[in-house]
Amino acid sequence: MGGGHGRFATGCTLILLAAVALMAGVKNEYVFFASYVVLQFIVLASAWNILGGYAGYVNFGSSAFFALGAYTALFTIKAFDAPLLVQIVVAAAVTALLGLGIGLLSLRLRGIFFSIATVAMAIILETVITNTDYLGGAKGVQMTRPAVTAPFGSYIEMLFFVMLVMTLVAVALARYVENSWIGRGLRAIRDNEEAAECVGVPTLKLKLIATVISGALMGAAGAPMPMYLSFIEPFSAFSLNYSVSALAMPIIGGTASWVGPVIGAILLGSVQQIVTVTISSELNVLIVGVLLVFFVVAAPDGILGLFKKLRGTPRSGGA
Amino acid sequence: MSAPLLKVEDVSKHFGGFTALSHVSVEVAPGERLGLIGPNGSGKTTLINCVSGALKNDSGDIVFKGENLNGLPPHQRTRRGIARSFQIPRPFHSMTPVENLAVPLEYVTHRGAAHKADIRGEAEAILAEMGLAGKMNAPCAGLSQVELRKLELARAMAARPSLLISDEAMAGLSNAECDEVLAILFKLSEKGITIIMIEHIMHAIMRFSQRVICLDAGKLIAGGAPGDVVKNPDVQRAYLGA
Repeated sequence: MGGGHGRFATGCTLILLAAVALMAGVKNEYVFFASYVVLQFIVLASAWNILGGYAGYVNFGSSAFFALGAYTALFTIKAFDAPLLVQIVVAAAVTALLGLGIGLLSLRLRGIFFSIATVAMAIILETVITNTDYLGGAKGVQMTRPAVTAPFGSYIEMLFFVMLVMTLVAVALARYVENSWIGRGLRAIRDNEEAAECVGVPTLKLKLIATVISGALMGAAGAPMPMYLSFIEPFSAFSLNYSVSALAMPIIGGTASWVGPVIGAILLGSVQQIVTVTISSELNVLIVGVLLVFFVVAAPDGILGLFKKLRGTPRSGGA
Repeated sequence: MSAPLLKVEDVSKHFGGFTALSHVSVEVAPGERLGLIGPNGSGKTTLINCVSGALKNDSGDIVFKGENLNGLPPHQRTRRGIARSFQIPRPFHSMTPVENLAVPLEYVTHRGAAHKADIRGEAEAILAEMGLAGKMNAPCAGLSQVELRKLELARAMAARPSLLISDEAMAGLSNAECDEVLAILFKLSEKGITIIMIEHIMHAIMRFSQRVICLDAGKLIAGGAPGDVVKNPDVQRAYLGA
């Protein structure tokens, strides 16, 4: 297990070094602009999977967490002129609280009813934001990016690096949760919650841990959004596309492991970027839909499950 | 006489206007083998759900080892020594039998203090004791009914309980399979574990139980030696009608 941690840490370090080399060598800003989106989806997908994949509680309201993170960041900018790091930390704290609320909902709601409640929460939040003039209301707010600080060449480059660090944190957290007592308990909850409780699993505590971590990561992913787009308005911040992508990417990659959402997000996020540039941005949603239907029917365990099946990998029997 | 391990004191449970349990009081001595019988809908499963914490009793007390358990969630009761199996097996289907047992071993028995290898070794030992040595790493979907029942008991035993509640562990099994499960329960009883057995299979109840209690329409209608209870006119009426 120690070797696994070492390899993971080495991998993260290599990715960071590669990013630094990329920033030093590539002058085309679109590379960072597009990579930021893919990284953002890795955070969202990993966060979704902690609750949806490990515990089986399907959150259809990821866009609410993402948008609340973005609007919390906007609030901190307007109220305190807060720097990016503070924006992200405050956004994560606020969405963690929302996660806690959603976790408490799971006391009474399970299955499709829990999912419907998350959609309702997204609609309520969007309505509140749309009617809050301080946050720009329905017409939104135009943002001016502050001057970039060294060693970054541009603000987008900096946002790319910040999102990369967030991605590594999100993936490390998802990996930790999966391989720890938390993940094994969540898996038991997903398989049978009543049986899990009766063999000693503190189901409510674990669900709250999962919803808080998941919510905080989604909010953190949304925090840089106002500065990334230089604009924020409720319709695009609460876009269904975020909710669908956050759910589709882990399902396509495979929900059983932290690797699945990463694979799904890279694959789907990259295809979406390519299609946006070469064909049309409207085709994105169609592609997500078609791939989702294909994988749900043909490979319900996602790419990871398909890969294991093809290799004939035996099930892990590790306790 | 030693203090009872479990005391169910004047427990009632209603579902809307339906009374599932009405002022039920039962005491179970340490090491006892208690049979719980009653026709369908008599409140047997409701009673053990109240004991295990899956349901909250509307009134009365559940006292275990001298501690009132009212308000405690099921996982806290399991940590205090109450384990149960389910009438319809509920394995963690994405896990192997060893992984199924690792959950209570990690959450109850060792509470994060043991190494993975120790937990695995302990899970394997319990599974072997239950006659599942050849199925330790098999997918749960491939287990037969009797194997699933054994897995239920094994998972309950992994929590190292002092009270095991077996909810119809033999329902739907052949006579030979019933004997296998009975042998396991006798073996657990010999280790000093108190067992409450809910069953419809009367020959199993008669062989296993030191004492039998009978519920009908949520009320305790009889209790005593197995031979006496089955001859009780109220019990016969409950099963066969007036």
